[in-house]
Amino acid sequence: MEYQTQAIARPYFIAAIGLFVGQVIFGLIMGLQYVIGDFLFPEIPFNIARMVHTNLLIVWLLFGFMGAAYYLVPEESGRELHAPWLARLMFWVFLLAGALTVIGYLAMPYARLAELTGNHIFPTMGREFLEQPTITKVGIVVVALAFLYSIGMTVLSGRKTVINTVLLTGLVGLALMFLFAFYNPDNLAKDKYYWWWVVHLWVEGVWELILAAILAFVLIKTTGVDREVIEKWVYVIVAMVLISGLIGTGHHYYWIGVPAYWQWWGSIFSALEPIPFFLMTLFAFNTINRRRRDHPNKATVLWAMGTAVMAFLGAGVWGFMHTLAPVNYYTHGTQLTAAHGHMAFYGAYAMVVMTIISYAIPILRGQEAKSNRMQVMEMWSFWLMTVSMVFITLFLTGAGIVQTYLQRYTDAPQTFMVVQEKVALFYWMREVSGLVFLFGLILFIASFWPERVRQEQPLEPQTA
Amino acid sequence: MREMFTKSMARNIYYGGSLFFILLFLALTFDTHRAWPERDNRQAITEQVAEGKRLWEENNCIGCHTLLGEGAYFAPELGNAYKRFGENKEALKIFIRTRPVDGIPGRRSMPQFNFTEAQLDALAEFLKYVSGINTENWPPNVQG
Ligand code: HEC
Ligand code: HEM
Ligand code: HEM
Ligand SMILES: [Fe+2]
Repeated sequence: MEYQTQAIARPYFIAAIGLFVGQVIFGLIMGLQYVIGDFLFPEIPFNIARMVHTNLLIVWLLFGFMGAAYYLVPEESGRELHAPWLARLMFWVFLLAGALTVIGYLAMPYARLAELTGNHIFPTMGREFLEQPTITKVGIVVVALAFLYSIGMTVLSGRKTVINTVLLTGLVGLALMFLFAFYNPDNLAKDKYYWWWVVHLWVEGVWELILAAILAFVLIKTTGVDREVIEKWVYVIVAMVLISGLIGTGHHYYWIGVPAYWQWWGSIFSALEPIPFFLMTLFAFNTINRRRRDHPNKATVLWAMGTAVMAFLGAGVWGFMHTLAPVNYYTHGTQLTAAHGHMAFYGAYAMVVMTIISYAIPILRGQEAKSNRMQVMEMWSFWLMTVSMVFITLFLTGAGIVQTYLQRYTDAPQTFMVVQEKVALFYWMREVSGLVFLFGLILFIASFWPERVRQEQPLEPQTA
Repeated sequence: MREMFTKSMARNIYYGGSLFFILLFLALTFDTHRAWPERDNRQAITEQVAEGKRLWEENNCIGCHTLLGEGAYFAPELGNAYKRFGENKEALKIFIRTRPVDGIPGRRSMPQFNFTEAQLDALAEFLKYVSGINTENWPPNVQG
């Protein structure tokens, strides 16, 4: 660790992984409700479990991004973090706001929570992913502003690397697009149109800049490849992200009451969206092949390669599968969407956060890498989580194809509920894969548990 | 990527390209606003429909259902529920009103929300309004 303030990242990473465990547990609850319809009903209805699942996902990824920024920005800028006390304070504010919100979801009916938090005064609740009470949303904005202040001041008064500028642009974009969460007109078509400015322009826009910056940072550190080369790659990747992804928003505008020309704009530009993900894969493999050093943290290199591959598969391939308007006409809002959502979120964002955690935690503890034994354990967790996520995706894809056919495509379409029973086997298999996933995640945590007796040293001698 | 393609060229594509496509996106958004009045069924948005949308949100119906294909995939699509129920608001209201408090054993269950008659009317009006939005003939059939 070069700068003392980098240590601020550590609680952020710990919180991220803790919330990740909660997210997966609620995923498993829902997975059971999919096949045993009245499981935990009416105590935890499906919609409540789903809110907890997806909101915890977003919050832990944000914790991960913030941790990543607090770790890498001082090092890139060549100076200590500006206003570290603010970063330490905001950790607790964000954690408390998140915890209170989740408790609110679980402790009372959602309508009661809406009433208590005065949703009628400024209604923003009850839309997918944006279920948080308005007051929580305000809290998120406050945390984001404080965070951007610390990070922004550090970047502006330090060395301005490409990684720093791209990361900062992504983070500012993240905060800016979130403001559309406060716009909730009575007109449903308008509501949906701008809702996607948060959701799509996050995951297929500004978050990709954050992803590229974190990945590039870890690759520079672990391979020692020349910055000039890496920076050129980063620019090309993020250029392609925005060139394809902005108009690519149109792939959500096919059937929600906007002009039909969006079917053309959306299909054509979103068909280009896999390109930046493909470039990221090339970038990662190219850089690792040209490495100037063998970093002792082998697990991190595995995570970095895994992120590039899985992001391409989940976002690029599974996204492309249903992005053209004539296909989407049949698949819109089916289990195929869920399949894609899972692999894309895991492959791109969950994995990049685990990559930076894998890299940074040993260093924050004063080692360059963990012992060989613990690294092997971490690599097992990588494979368990990644392979079970591939299976989750495949089972949901199977369910989605059958659903699309029986409910939408055949000459004698059947009702939703009837079709759901016919694909129950896929859901059972998804649930089993989910259990393996949870086991992998626990192994990931175990591999970071402090070792009592440290007999083994990192494999290779340290090179600077 | 050899020397012919320099870092500063890549940077210029990034800044120039982004700016261009932001502007194009804004232009398309502007045109969408212009085209909306004929498509979004705005003439049907009454006080009651607005109230229905609020109830829809404050009970998190989207956490189980899709609406125009967006939301959760646990329960039937509701964008066309009004049509599926034979354009009968009363039938919609009865369905929502009669959900058993403890669910249906073994079956995916919808909560009993204890809505008042006026609230049920508002929700049914909201679902009717949604079914009138021009969705380019989506969903493919009445099953949603
Ligand atoms: C916990 C999940 C859940 C929530 C929340 C929920 N529903 Fe449902 N809903 C269901 C399920 C499951 C069915 C299918 C019931 C059946 O067929 O037995 C259903 C069916 C319906 C139907 C009939 C659809 C059809 O085609 O048969 C309507 C209408 C409906 N819900 C409206 C609503 C409204 C309005 C809300 C919000 C106030 C809501 N639901 C909230 C789970 C939910
Ligand atoms: C890491 C990047 C990505 C993530 C995290 C992601 C995530 C998601 C999620 C969660 C949804 C469901 C949204 C909802 O609930 O309605 C979704 C929908 C969709 N995504 Fe992605 N996505 C990514 C990239 C892509 C790419 C690159 C493409 C196209 C090539 C794509 C195409 C689509 C389409 C067409 C839908 C709509 C599905 C439907 O009609 O139901 N996505 N995405
Ligand atoms: C491991 C066990 C998991 C199970 C059993 C599970 C199950 C589910 C279920 C049942 C849903 C709701 C689908 C619906 O609306 O009907 C869901 C939604 C979602 N989950 Fe998971 N999940 C798991 C893990 C994860 C992980 C690891 C991630 C990401 C890193 C994730 C991301 C999401 C997202 C983004 C959605 C919203 C999808 C959409 O709107 O299309 N889940 N999950
Ligand atoms: Fe998208």
